[in-house]
Amino acid sequence: MAKGDPAGTARGRRATPRSARSGGKSPGTGDLVQLLTPEGDRIDKVTWSDGTEYRVDFTDEEYRGLYRDLVLVRKLDAEATALQRQGELGIWASLLGQEAAQVGSGRALRPQDMAFPTYREHGVLYCRGIDPIMPLGLFRGVDLGGWDPNEFKFNMYTIVIGAQTLHATGYAMGVNMDGKTGTDDGEAVIAYFGDGASAQGDVNEAFIWSAVFNAPIVFFCQNNQYAISEPLERQTRIPLYQRAAGFGFPGVRVDGNDVLATYAVTRAALDNARHGQGPTLIEAYTYRMGAHTTTDDPTRYRIASEVEAWQAKDPIARVRAFLTKQGIADDTFLAEVEEQAKQEALRLRERVLEMPDPEPLTLFDHVFPNGSPEVDAQREFTARYLDSFEGSVH
Amino acid sequence: MSRVREFPLPDLGEGLTEGEILKWLVQIGDIVELNQPVVEVETAKAAVEIPAKWAGKITAIFHGEGTVVDVGSPIFAVDTDPGAGDLPEPSAASLAAVEIAPAEGAVEPGLIGGPAPGGRTAVLVGYGPKTGAAKRRPRKGAGVPASNGVPVAAPAPVAAPEPVRAAPEPVRPAAVAPAPRSGGSVSAPGGLVLAKPPVRKLAKDLGVDLRTLTGSGPLGSITRDDVHLAASGVATAAEPAPAGPGTVAPAFGPDREQRIPVKGVRKLTAQNMVASAFTAPHVTEFLTVDVTRSMKALDRLRKRREWQDVRVSPLLLVAKAVLLAVGRYPMVNSTWAGEEIVVKEYVNLGIAAATERGLIVPNIKDAGRLTMRELADAMTALVQTAKAGRTAPADMSGGTLTITNVGVFGVDTGTPILPPGESAILAFGAVREMPWVHKGKVKVRQVTTLGLSFDHRIIDGELGSKFLRDVGDFLADPEAALLGWT
Repeated sequence: MAKGDPAGTARGRRATPRSARSGGKSPGTGDLVQLLTPEGDRIDKVTWSDGTEYRVDFTDEEYRGLYRDLVLVRKLDAEATALQRQGELGIWASLLGQEAAQVGSGRALRPQDMAFPTYREHGVLYCRGIDPIMPLGLFRGVDLGGWDPNEFKFNMYTIVIGAQTLHATGYAMGVNMDGKTGTDDGEAVIAYFGDGASAQGDVNEAFIWSAVFNAPIVFFCQNNQYAISEPLERQTRIPLYQRAAGFGFPGVRVDGNDVLATYAVTRAALDNARHGQGPTLIEAYTYRMGAHTTTDDPTRYRIASEVEAWQAKDPIARVRAFLTKQGIADDTFLAEVEEQAKQEALRLRERVLEMPDPEPLTLFDHVFPNGSPEVDAQREFTARYLDSFEGSVH
Repeated sequence: MSRVREFPLPDLGEGLTEGEILKWLVQIGDIVELNQPVVEVETAKAAVEIPAKWAGKITAIFHGEGTVVDVGSPIFAVDTDPGAGDLPEPSAASLAAVEIAPAEGAVEPGLIGGPAPGGRTAVLVGYGPKTGAAKRRPRKGAGVPASNGVPVAAPAPVAAPEPVRAAPEPVRPAAVAPAPRSGGSVSAPGGLVLAKPPVRKLAKDLGVDLRTLTGSGPLGSITRDDVHLAASGVATAAEPAPAGPGTVAPAFGPDREQRIPVKGVRKLTAQNMVASAFTAPHVTEFLTVDVTRSMKALDRLRKRREWQDVRVSPLLLVAKAVLLAVGRYPMVNSTWAGEEIVVKEYVNLGIAAATERGLIVPNIKDAGRLTMRELADAMTALVQTAKAGRTAPADMSGGTLTITNVGVFGVDTGTPILPPGESAILAFGAVREMPWVHKGKVKVRQVTTLGLSFDHRIIDGELGSKFLRDVGDFLADPEAALLGWT
């Protein structure tokens, strides 16, 4: 039994505070799974409209671990943004505001589960145990992403919007064909995408194929309210999670700023998939507090009061409030986490500045596993060209 | 590593070549922490704060606010070890020597992906100090002319330990605080100048000696305009960049004219005014009103306890009058949309504000729903934000009806131009004590003139007149209007 506020149980579900979005509808009671309110009060369990009951059962240590994840992920992200502003990264897609959606879902993954990210899933990457320096090489332009997707069960970042949902669907169909579903230790696949991608053809095709082939996949949509500058009300007439019904699988909406609810909902959906119950669409209702990328200026398309309203729903502040109220964490612990985050950010910075530039010919290294005559010819041509310059070492 | 590090303006958004310094958040001598915001820079894509790359003391700020700076140019310098005593006397020579960190200075722009010299690795996305002229790496083999036209004297040996530098190191502009932005006064030593052949021919034809000119083209090259200017006997001294149009004393050149680049708010204002003036047929009507009762009502309002710390100005009553009158004549709050007229139930009330950056018109969203007190607070916040230059673009878009308070400048009224997409704008003139016929006698009364411009495609003279008369009625007797209309 989780350490919950008993009063929270008696009160049952609470509506989230009204959003200040003009024209937008905020989810209210009954259409959003929430286990931790913005004020840091626990809700013991939530029953979704299809009868599924969501709850979490964490030890104190696990609660503290989730808090540590959230703080570290935010701090490393902020450091990357600063590095871009200082000319050390070409561009950066910040996850600010979406930490809980990523940590909650990332920690719900089992080691055998495979994840297909967009280019913003730095928090999920962190939870998969991948060195957080990895995406920075990509955004610095010195490599194409350096981790082994098979070792960490985390695919390469995909820049093309929504394309990874098809890759994930194919992978999940393969898991079925390998007979790796249907048991408690079955494999599941999770595909990340955003509210904007939900309008892509790729994503809708992925829904259809996954449904028809009963693929063991969880479609995890971080609805951060904006497709770059397009607000949600110009992307959909119905809540995104309701789309799943039309494709023939369940959809559920979770408070994406609530790490506990996100964990509970993702874990349940993954378990359904690994048991052979097919796909689920999760809409993690959250907000992108920063810019789409460092190249974007969000003040041009959204108003300050909207951002302020979401600040009150901060994913980290509510966990801190909960830990403090319940006596699970004291000031010493909070300060220690802050210090750890600061040190890790500093180390990240130093390592980014020391990243070597790649040798030009390494460009050809990973085009084909065993090379190809055409690529070899291109490599030779480039080598000759580079060698024609004075002082060239090639 | 040098103690003093220069920070070159990075490409803040994928392929940008320049940025405008909006605001310095630090001063020379300030101690900054790592990642502390130092300066706001606006590019074509976004206005962003740049965080300090090093902790230390700010020793130099190279460009003033309002300056457009090329990507790669140093914008400030940090002494990374301010506790280690004074720096050497910053003579121009020592500054030039100190500020180019040797390791960074050795980076050749053409060497992307090559071995990183001096341990410096950030070639692909980091930026070394701007070297002025892009240099092409010399090719092996004979007599390949270098980019600036200087022939390589002899084929270099293949294994030359030092590559032949055909292009000499360009002269860096002296790094003194707010330097005037020059087009890059790079001229190759030895009397060689950069100019394209047709420009050289033009100079020859016009009898202009290219060596006497300062180029304004790319890399400091001389352009046709430079030659024409010289031929017309006008000096081509680099013109100082004005810090901000309108607010500073004009800096006249030798020709006794100042050229201010049209950009930012000025450019936008010009576009909007032209677009509006030549699409919407404007009609302007005037009404002079005795507002003594309004002024007295304001005095009484200020004395109420709950209003004591609120800024109450006559503009507040004008805003209220407009909002109430819109309720009576909703057509005034509309947009001409070609095939249809869009009449709005909500009023996003624009308030024109004069700021250091120029005229901006932020608006109060859905002002008709606000209570008097909320309206007062919103107006105060709006003006303060505008004056501080922090108005978000979203606050400036979507206006439906505007008030311009020209009275604060001491004039009686004006014929305002409609903001694009709006169909009415009210000018509120100065409130003056005037002789006025009041209850059959000439008395000293407080009087103002209202000027209403409206889009005649939507609003006929009758509607415009009724609307203006209602605004005037309210100001003449606000209590009765409130009782009568609400």
